[in-house]
Amino acid sequence: MKANEKAKRVDRVMTWIFVAVAGFFILLLIAFALLVIGRGIAGFEPYMLSFTRDGIGNQLFNTVYLVVLALLFSVPLGIATGVYLAEYAKPGKVTHFLSICIETLSSLPSIVVGLFGYLVFIVMVGAQWNLVSGALAVSILNLPLIATTTKDAMESMPKGYRMGSMGLGATHWQTIRRVLLPACMPRILTGIILAAGRVFGEAAALLYTAGMSTDINWSNWDITSPTCPLNPFRPGETLALHIWASRTEAIRPDAAQIANFSSAVLLILVFAFSIGARVLGRRMERKLAGGK
Amino acid sequence: MESKFEVSKLNLHYGQFHALKDVSLSILPHEVTALIGPSGCGKSTFLKTLNRMNDLEEGVVIDGDVLLDGKDVYKEMDAISLRQRVGMVFQQPNPFPKSIYENVAYGPKLQGIRSKVKLDEIVENALRGAAIWDEVKDRLKKSALGLSGGQQQRLCIARALAAGPDVLLMDEPTSALDPISTSKIEELCTELKKDYTIVMVTHNMQQAARISDRTAFFLLGEVIEYSDTDQMFSMPKDKRTEDYITGRFG
Repeated sequence: MKANEKAKRVDRVMTWIFVAVAGFFILLLIAFALLVIGRGIAGFEPYMLSFTRDGIGNQLFNTVYLVVLALLFSVPLGIATGVYLAEYAKPGKVTHFLSICIETLSSLPSIVVGLFGYLVFIVMVGAQWNLVSGALAVSILNLPLIATTTKDAMESMPKGYRMGSMGLGATHWQTIRRVLLPACMPRILTGIILAAGRVFGEAAALLYTAGMSTDINWSNWDITSPTCPLNPFRPGETLALHIWASRTEAIRPDAAQIANFSSAVLLILVFAFSIGARVLGRRMERKLAGGK
Repeated sequence: MESKFEVSKLNLHYGQFHALKDVSLSILPHEVTALIGPSGCGKSTFLKTLNRMNDLEEGVVIDGDVLLDGKDVYKEMDAISLRQRVGMVFQQPNPFPKSIYENVAYGPKLQGIRSKVKLDEIVENALRGAAIWDEVKDRLKKSALGLSGGQQQRLCIARALAAGPDVLLMDEPTSALDPISTSKIEELCTELKKDYTIVMVTHNMQQAARISDRTAFFLLGEVIEYSDTDQMFSMPKDKRTEDYITGRFG
């Protein structure tokens, strides 16, 4: 009897502790977001939104463009790696080693990846700073994330899907392509969101690859020209780098305000992207699971 | 009558384990053949040799002849075209997480059928064949996972039919279903044997007695007795068969 009372009391206390911890973090997140966005708005001047040398429009565009380029590399490659590990690799030392390598890749310090990217994509190729090498560098960081989520998603699929498909005369590849991958898509999408989030915020890996300058001429649509917005081989400073540069170099009297406003925009961008992707993922899942 | 499957001296090893021992059986067309026996007796393993699903397991070694319409399925046929002719229904209903329509159209699409008109026709016929058309005709675009277990199993039968097989293998198709769904599937089998040959593994002796024409009793990897179902259930020849069907073990 007494033991029961005590267990119940401990149970109540533990419940409160967990609620308190969760509440603390929610509050922290809200306070953080409000602070960043509030300070951004406080120092806001209309010119900051312009797509000129002074505004951050170009950096905003570069950020989105870099994310797209990076995902263009890392999504196909990451999914292919995940599929290979889950479906084709024979369990054994080599596969195990490969898995460790991939995990290690994701925990490399990004500045190291940045310097590696600089050596390989800039110095060895003999190019100047450019968006593609930036995208490749951050791909090294987020490829493991996409590969691991794909692998885990594939491995969690019920055996019945595979059996059902093979039993109808499908080949291994048809089974992967038409049954397993589509069924895994909502989960893979989650991995892609996380990977993209990393690109949005990455700065160190881009310092020596995508570069710290941006010079866009919005009326120049000749893709081979270094000032064309869509030219992937032009230097492209992202928002995260712009924050860092404004704060460290203070080239303008209101550099701090620009940095604050950039932070707010970056935060909103990341929120919008991740909410949008989640809505898409949930819709996909509902379609697969056949909601009421 | 010419047999559909002619199996002779079939031996199967899982690594060191001798799972099927000198199994010889003739499976006749347009009949329901039931495979019964206690768990681990090799009846499911035997079923899976008929469409080479055992190929997917590691360490399986098969020796002996399995002839389908006179052709050796291991030596003269490839597994892909074999499985298109010998469909399979599993113990757990396993519809794909796709729409009802896409589930049924899966087999024909694999075979390269692209025409919408042709696919519509195949899907409708298969769903009618599996006695589920009336229940799903208004929700073909909805996910198959929203169906009840019994409906899912009939959908899986429809999916198998749509691939155009002439044999259906069923691995305890009703063991995960409620009695009403079970009786629907049983009625369906009696209906389907007019056009197909059915081989069914079952744990349920009454089920074997109700719907099968012929029954094979497996024990420890061997076929102990194979005969007319009526005869087996009224006058089993072997003492072990009698013990099993009267519920003394298993």
